[in-house]
Amino acid sequence: MSGLLMPKPDDATMRRRDEIVADMRIIVPGEGVVDAANSMRAFESDGLTAYRQLPMVVVLPETVAQVSRVLKYCDDRNIRVVPRGSGTSLSGGALPLEDAVLLVMSRFNRIIEIDFPNRIVVAQPGVTNLGITTAVEQEGFYYAPDPSSQIACSIGGNVAENSGGVHCLKYGLTANNVLGIEMVLMNGEVVRLGGKHLDAEGYDLLGVMTGSEGLLGVVTEVTVRILKKPETARALLIGFPTSEQGGQCVADIIGAGIIPGGMEMMDRPAIHAAEDFVHAGYPLDVEALLIVELDGPGVEVDHLIGLVEPIAYRNGSTTCRISQSEQERLSFWAGRKAAFPAVGRISPDYYCMDGTIPRKELPRVLHGMRELSEKYRLGVANVFHAGDGNLHPLILYDANVPGELDKAESFGADILRLCVKVGGVLTGEHGVGVEKRDLMPEMFNQTDLDQQMRVKCAFDPNHLLNPGKVFPQLRRCAELGRMHVHRGQMAFPDIPRF
Amino acid sequence: MTTFTPATAAETLATVAWAAAEETPLEILGHGSKRGIGRPLQTEHTLDLSKLSGVTLYEPAELVLSAKAGTPLADIETLLAENCQQLAFEPLDYGALLGGEKGKGTIGGVLAANLCGPRRLKAGSARDHILGIAAVSGRGEAFKSGGRVVKNVTGYDLSKLMANSWGTLAVLTDVTFKVLPAAETEVTLAVRGLLDDHAAAAMALALGSSAEVSSAAHLPERVAARVAGGSLGSTAATLLRVEGFGPSVAYRIAALKDLLGNAGPLEEISGETSHSVWRDIRDCAPFADGLEKPVWRVSMAPAQGHQMVLALRMQAAVDAFYDWQGGLIWLRMEHGDPEADLLRALVRQYGSGHATLVRAAPSHRAAVPVFEPQAPQLAALSARLKAEFDPKAILNPGRMA
Repeated sequence: MSGLLMPKPDDATMRRRDEIVADMRIIVPGEGVVDAANSMRAFESDGLTAYRQLPMVVVLPETVAQVSRVLKYCDDRNIRVVPRGSGTSLSGGALPLEDAVLLVMSRFNRIIEIDFPNRIVVAQPGVTNLGITTAVEQEGFYYAPDPSSQIACSIGGNVAENSGGVHCLKYGLTANNVLGIEMVLMNGEVVRLGGKHLDAEGYDLLGVMTGSEGLLGVVTEVTVRILKKPETARALLIGFPTSEQGGQCVADIIGAGIIPGGMEMMDRPAIHAAEDFVHAGYPLDVEALLIVELDGPGVEVDHLIGLVEPIAYRNGSTTCRISQSEQERLSFWAGRKAAFPAVGRISPDYYCMDGTIPRKELPRVLHGMRELSEKYRLGVANVFHAGDGNLHPLILYDANVPGELDKAESFGADILRLCVKVGGVLTGEHGVGVEKRDLMPEMFNQTDLDQQMRVKCAFDPNHLLNPGKVFPQLRRCAELGRMHVHRGQMAFPDIPRF
Repeated sequence: MTTFTPATAAETLATVAWAAAEETPLEILGHGSKRGIGRPLQTEHTLDLSKLSGVTLYEPAELVLSAKAGTPLADIETLLAENCQQLAFEPLDYGALLGGEKGKGTIGGVLAANLCGPRRLKAGSARDHILGIAAVSGRGEAFKSGGRVVKNVTGYDLSKLMANSWGTLAVLTDVTFKVLPAAETEVTLAVRGLLDDHAAAAMALALGSSAEVSSAAHLPERVAARVAGGSLGSTAATLLRVEGFGPSVAYRIAALKDLLGNAGPLEEISGETSHSVWRDIRDCAPFADGLEKPVWRVSMAPAQGHQMVLALRMQAAVDAFYDWQGGLIWLRMEHGDPEADLLRALVRQYGSGHATLVRAAPSHRAAVPVFEPQAPQLAALSARLKAEFDPKAILNPGRMA
């Protein structure tokens, strides 16, 4: 592991391993407990494969009662727990710990209820994102958030990471599409938040749970809203001589009051890699390629194409193709969707970053990235959710060259620092996990981080659930709870009062 | 009795830090436009944020606006309208319902009360549009969360946690919201004369179509006369709002007419009439009667709302109308008793949901839980969370209790 410091394994727990495994077998009988090293190998990392660690034991519960008993057992005995869905996290959120139970939710794989009059699906957390759409598409419905791993990623994991996707510009993130969850706290208590109704009766705990990266509770049921599929979708494929022009085109489309279903940009290295791979017919003489997808009734899509096309030309586009068939629309997307594997063909390894920036800063950030690329002597290709400013630089490196992974990680960290510097954030949709954990102070001061950790204290005061993730340094809840006050002083005696 | 009126975030911090050190409670106020909601407070001091005002960043092309928490909502809406943009969640104005002035309220209050309106169905509420905050916790510490971009999963979303916290966790000093283009055209299709159950079926049919209905409300007979200056007449009106670009709106209204042709007589409402219908539904104008009769705001699964109301009518005299496809139920208790236990038992019986007593005499608000009581484990979790933000309980103590 390249320089990543994880919580020191607890000796007392490690000594009791056999006893703990035996107790897990009592709580989850049958095939639900895996402790042989070769069988646990499949769980040693998630989508961030640079980091690997075998867990103490893998437990695959089937019922909420089992989840509750496992967590209470561990809470009572000070044993750490790492929850895992499908293991597609790109930030190491499900990276096991040597002394922790890896709680795998994949056997929670059933749709519990489909309610068309209320346009709601209730699913177990191990159901895949795409599985929800599959369950309702015969009636013309779908679940809107569409992370690119949607074939594999679980809806419970989507809640943990607040997953986005190409269409979240118009249809929102996971947080905007989940109405309720059932979860189990570290102490074994089962809590329900929300339901089929809208908004919370008290604090928005659902809002905090969404994107909490498995540190607050284990989700055991998810209620999502589904939408009717748009009647039609068409796309424009627009090339620009400079990224500035592409960026201005995006700003002008939004300035015209149009929120496209999707709006994606690629830079020259990404365009070339994609074109070499899938032969989508992308222009190779442009610096920026923009895909604008418009969806809705046919008349609306036609109307909007009539507005977007002149905006593209006004911004100096050198090529603008409009899909004339569903097949052509999909071909526009083929290159973008294959961008990651395409980059994988031109480089032995690549490292995918995930910053978000205010859109207008794109030229400055791309420029900065080129300078960093020269400094680190590593190539970089960019795909960009242009509508919402979410940037995915792919850093090209070779893990077999000693030191190159470290160099790629330093390059990535510098990119994220740049994102924060221009008013952006460390991660748009992949999560902090272990990957960006030590960069958190770039965005937050210690008071900010302490207040976030206090939220953790309300849910899991012993820091047993997924420790070592998100926060660079865990502080004890007792310490965090202390107040440092100077009694009897009025710091601003001149504050107006009346 | 002191009222502090800080004009900067630093002064706000100093005031709260002082109160935390003294362990002296503060009532947190913007304009006080929603002061009548929640359990009545008796605090020695008041923290009035109305001087902490001003838009600090507005970039229309980036769809983002930041403002100090005490900035009047009306100023922000005017600024956005000048740029053909809006807060898409359509924050409601409690002024008339609570017997106060219309058009008051601050942007911080919008988040603290998690306001929204008829477009909640499609566009979400304040919690879905908040991007970032700066605040002072009850510990007397300034902290921030989120940022100014939509795609952001860096750390816990404490910004959303401020939604519906009614000033009991932290004092907001700055908020950043996502803003969106305002629709070019709005047309409302009304189906007339439906009973509640048929209206629920018609709304479910419309929302289950690809007509992208942004709001769906049902005003039963007589209630219909109490919006838009009586221009709808008193026949029951089931209202479907379609928004967007002109050609698309025309097409989708035509599609809805085909779909609902057999449901009842149809009417098209457009222009200022449509705007005022939805504004009045948003602001609960039918019950803005200057009286003190209790008014409830109930959120349920849309298809179950009217069933709950039918059961309630068997046991209590109520006036009711529906927004959010039937999932938001506004109730006025005609005999003056809130009937909290009866109502809440029925809400549970007909699925899940919650009921908030948004208007009632102070004596009722002191005696009846204004906000829906939570299951014991959830209530305990909420209390632990409150203690992590405000260990000395100095911020609006008891307001949500």
